[in-house]
Amino acid sequence: MPVTTLDGHQIHVNDEGFLTDPNEWDDSLATVLAAQIGITLTDAHWKAIRFLRKDFEEQGETATLRRVATVGGVPIKELFALFPQKPAKKMAYISGLPKPQGCV
Amino acid sequence: MTTDAAPAIVPQFDNETPTGRKLAIICSKGSLDMAYPGLILANAALGEGVETHLFFTFWGFDMINKKTMGDLQFTMLGNTATHMPQGLGGLPGMTALATSRLKKSIADVDVPEVPEFLEQIVASGGHLWACRMSADMNKLTKEDLYDEVEDIISASDFIEKTEGAQMLFI
Repeated sequence: MPVTTLDGHQIHVNDEGFLTDPNEWDDSLATVLAAQIGITLTDAHWKAIRFLRKDFEEQGETATLRRVATVGGVPIKELFALFPQKPAKKMAYISGLPKPQGCV
Repeated sequence: MTTDAAPAIVPQFDNETPTGRKLAIICSKGSLDMAYPGLILANAALGEGVETHLFFTFWGFDMINKKTMGDLQFTMLGNTATHMPQGLGGLPGMTALATSRLKKSIADVDVPEVPEFLEQIVASGGHLWACRMSADMNKLTKEDLYDEVEDIISASDFIEKTEGAQMLFI
């Protein structure tokens, strides 16, 4: 499992670059991860990220887009605007969580 | 941004050169169990940034007809997947029972019902099209259809719109 250093943060990642230890994540790392994929975080992004982090702690798995919308309260359309093209994967990456497993 | 040793691994979410990948799904069945495969695949494709079009034709029209879309049925008749004697499916009330069972299993995995699923697909940027011939056969107009259906179009219009797309017939 590769160890990589990103802007002073030493992190464990899988071969795609997703964090394998969610505990290595913090707010400043999120900003760095977002920058890696060309996203500048705003309050709206943070609302989704905070939900993902909290939900992962409670459920033990990464929320799907649908869950972020129905439980987290950020509409699907907005998620596509905030994290273009592949919102579920981009959100998970920035939040330091695994890719979501659910089909919907 | 990287400071030392191992280079940072960054997922390749966006292709540097857009592939222009498109998916076209033809939904021709109106039973509950045959409605979901198309919806789930459309949703998955949209989540991967793939342009997606759904064409509702023949019984698939039930999925976008305001009168029927919330009330699709599942029958055990002719469906060996239930692993029950075929005769059972013909008993009174069995279709209602099988439908409510299936709806429950679908809800249990947090998958929405058909109307809400279509809403999610449209919010994700998906395109819904209704088949001209099916509309004419059933004497239905745009007013009878789910509001987010973009238009009633002919099969050849659909083929034109989805040039270069990967096609799925369900």
